This record gives sequence, structure tokens and C-alpha cells, in this order.
Amino acid sequence: MSALLSVQGLQAFYGQTRALHGLDFQVEESGITTLLGANGAGKTTTLRAVCGLVRTQGTIEFAGQRIDGKSTEDIVRMGIAHVVEGRGTFVNFSVEENLRLGAHTRKDKAAVHDDLEQVYSYFPVLRQRRAQQAGTLSGGEQQMLAISRALMLRPRLLLLDEPSFGLAPLIVEEIFQILATINRESRVSMLVVEQNASLALGLADHAFLLETGNVVMSGAAEEIRQNDAVRQSYLGY
Amino acid sequence: MEIFLQQVMTGLANGGIYASLALALVMIYHSTNHLNFAQGEMAMFSTYIAWTLINAGLPYWVAFVITLAVSFAGGVVIERVVVRPFEDAPVLNAVIVFIGLLVIFNSLAGWIWTYDIKQFPTPFGDHPVQLGNIFFRAHDFGAIGVTLFVLLVLWAFFRFTPLGLAMRASAENPVSARLVGIRVGWMLALGWGLAALIGAVAGMMVAPVLFLDPSLMSGVLIYSFAAALFGGISSPGGSVFGGFFVGVAEVLSGTYVPFIGNDLKLIVALIIIIGVLLVRPSGLFGKVSVSRV
Repeated sequence: MSALLSVQGLQAFYGQTRALHGLDFQVEESGITTLLGANGAGKTTTLRAVCGLVRTQGTIEFAGQRIDGKSTEDIVRMGIAHVVEGRGTFVNFSVEENLRLGAHTRKDKAAVHDDLEQVYSYFPVLRQRRAQQAGTLSGGEQQMLAISRALMLRPRLLLLDEPSFGLAPLIVEEIFQILATINRESRVSMLVVEQNASLALGLADHAFLLETGNVVMSGAAEEIRQNDAVRQSYLGY
Repeated sequence: MEIFLQQVMTGLANGGIYASLALALVMIYHSTNHLNFAQGEMAMFSTYIAWTLINAGLPYWVAFVITLAVSFAGGVVIERVVVRPFEDAPVLNAVIVFIGLLVIFNSLAGWIWTYDIKQFPTPFGDHPVQLGNIFFRAHDFGAIGVTLFVLLVLWAFFRFTPLGLAMRASAENPVSARLVGIRVGWMLALGWGLAALIGAVAGMMVAPVLFLDPSLMSGVLIYSFAAALFGGISSPGGSVFGGFFVGVAEVLSGTYVPFIGNDLKLIVALIIIIGVLLVRPSGLFGKVSVSRV
């Protein structure tokens, strides 16, 4: 396996304040990598940095090409879809309009139609709600919509920011199972940021542990899960 | 009764103009939260371009279409060159830029075409149209028709085309729009282009009635502000309704309220503006905007 996304010495800035202090991490082709860490560790900032939504230094390579310094629109068009924390759906638009917006950059109309059917088969509830305003969906349905809209781009890399955020445990479990299915079937790589470490480690095959803007540990998900320090700090047993 | 209907008709014709300009204001406000004070002067400038083309011998509708194209391109260029650098600046900076644009267009028009009042032709003729035993001005009918047609085309554009969808998405949630690959900056520029185009239509429809001079739109802009606020500054449909309402209210109050007459009509607009801001700042159809601090 080769790295699809390779990040070296990544720093990110909000104004004068540096939020990331030189991160190194990789996402393998077709793999699922998770970034773990407490509040304020820099997980969300890392995803925003990959998408060019914050000012950065350091190198970010995607599929062999430098993407640091590129505009968000161009990065997205290269095949990186970002499901933001809090979902970022277009609340005044219908479910189907949201999904069509996800495919905004694509010209292959027929394949877009197939993909629409595909995401409806992953999340049948969205088909029922296709004409409904996105703002009226439940939190879980909105998260499903956000993931589906990202898939409509047919991305090579899916960035997921706290997919479990504010959702009931049963819904979270369902969403994570479907994410695993999507990864298996479409081979899309994923970079998942989660506070719920045990969930994320169950889904991912690689993990990086962030503390205040630095990577403090990395390795196969299974190894990280066995690590005593991680278990005590993040898994709570 | 006949006078009343005639007045309503005139009011609707004026209202269409206000509705157009109000819609132009709302389009830009919707996507940037800025009120373009120069919208009226841009429309006036477009009307002068049409006047020049028609005087050069072009048929009216050819000049009309060319004017729309030039206005659209002009709107895009103004956004890219002048407005863009102030995108994230505080509101007051933007206000000053817009007022600067207003003064520049006004002076430029005066410098190029002088401040003399000019006749502007109507494509619908001056003859009255008879309906029952009431006579209407043909231009009023035509202006309402053209306005409604433009509004309908715009509505269909925003409702049914992928580009319209992308523009609405950019206005609603710019970050999410960028994350699906929409070039939000260009959508804003397109919005400016369309606003300038709508303004040009309004200018060309009102000029035969008010005659063309560099202050053509200054009064119209006040009525359009009133219209946009009344209908709801966040609601495109509401602003169109507001335009027709303000148009009719203006004409009727001028006729039936003795002390208002022709001289104090602008007061009606100001009363509406103040009244709306006091009683219902979000307007009739607008959403109440909430911001967390």
C-alpha cells in the first residue's frame, strides 16, 4: 500500500496563533486512518488544513501532488470530500438538491444518477426524505446526508470530522457500520477525526494520536488500542 | 373608480421598477450582507449606454440586449476589481466603497453625457390603451410585462439550473459551497452581473417616464430600499412584492391624501422604511436573523 495523503511538518495558523506545530501523518490508499485526541488537540484544524480552509506551512501531498497553498475549490476538485463537524448541510435546500450540489463539479451525468441511487441504498431514509428541506431532518439524518453529499463527489479521500457528534449511540453505530461498508465496496480512503476513540479504533486500520498540535503516537489501530496509556486516557478502562 | 384603476395601474408600473431594483439589492445583500448603495447609479449608467446606442441608430431591442450584456459584464468586473478586496472588511468599509461607486458613476455620467435632461424612447408607443372605458398608458403595460418576464426568467434560472442552484448554495453557506467545489468568488461576481442586468432593465423602463439625467435613479433607489425592507431584505420574492406594494402606495397616497400631492411622495417611502425598521425589521416575508456573539 502507498500513501494517498502524506503530510509533513504541517503547521496551521489562526491569525498569529499557531494551532498545529509540525504534524507528520499519512493516509494509505483505500485505508481508514483516524486522528484521535482530546478537545483542542488540533483534530478539526488538521482536516481544515488539508482542505485549505486555514493558513498552513509544511507540505501536504495528495496522490503525489502538492496541494498545500491550493484553493479549497481546487483541492475538492482533485477528489477530497470533507464532512465538517456540525455537518454543514444546506439547510434551506431539499435532500436531493443537497446531493446534486455534492456532484456539482462532475460532468458525467449518467454516473451521477447511479451514485444517487447508490447513496440512497446506503441510507434508505434519505430516499424517503428526498423532497424534504435538509434543515428539518433529524441530527442522524443530517449526518447521513452530509456523508452522502460528500460521496456524490466520488472522492478518493473522505475527511470525516466527528461523525458521531451529538447523535444517539444506536445511530452512531449504524453510521459507522455503513462507513465500513462504503470503504470496503468503493475503496474510498478515509481520514476520520473522533473524540470517541473506541469507535474510531474499531473502524480504522491506522491511528495517530494528537496532543496540543503534535502527533504523540501512531501505529496500527489494534496496537494503539492495546496501549496502556491510550486505554487509560481515551478508552477509559 | 376609473381614476382609481388608472392610478393603480401607474402604481404597478412604477412598482415593477422598484421591484426590479429591490431584487437587485436583495441578491447582493443575500450573498454578501452588504447593501449596494450604488445599485441605482449603475442602473442609470446602463440606461445612458442604451440611450447612446439608440441615438447611434440601433433598433430599440438590439440596444436593449446589448445594454443588458454590457451591464452584466460591468457588474462582474466591478465585483472582481472593486468589491472583492473588501469582501471580509468591516461593514463600514464596504459602505464607503459603495458610496464611492455611487459618486463616481454619477459624476462620470454627468461628465460624459452632461447633466441636461434627455428624452428616452419607449418601445411600446405613447398611445393610450383602452380597457373598457378606462385609458392606460401603453408604456405602463409594457413596463409591467417586461419586468414580470425578467423576474420569471430569473426565478426559473435560480430554481431549475445547476448554476442557479450553485449560486443559491454559495449565498446560503459559502464554506459548504466551497467544500463541494463551487467557486464561490465567481458566484458572487455572477450575482453582481445579474444585479446590474436587472438594474439596467429597471433603468430603461423608468427613463421614458422620468426622463434621463444623472439623478434618474436617486429617488427610485429610496423607493427600492423601502420595497426591499417592506418585503424582507432576506427574501427575493418578498422584495418583489414589496416593490409593487410601494409603487401602488406611492401613487395612491399622492392622489388621495391631499397634503402629500406630488411633492411629498418620497416621504411615503421614508415612512415605510422607518415603520418597518421599528415594527418588523425582518420585513413581511424575511427571516429573523440571529447572530451569536
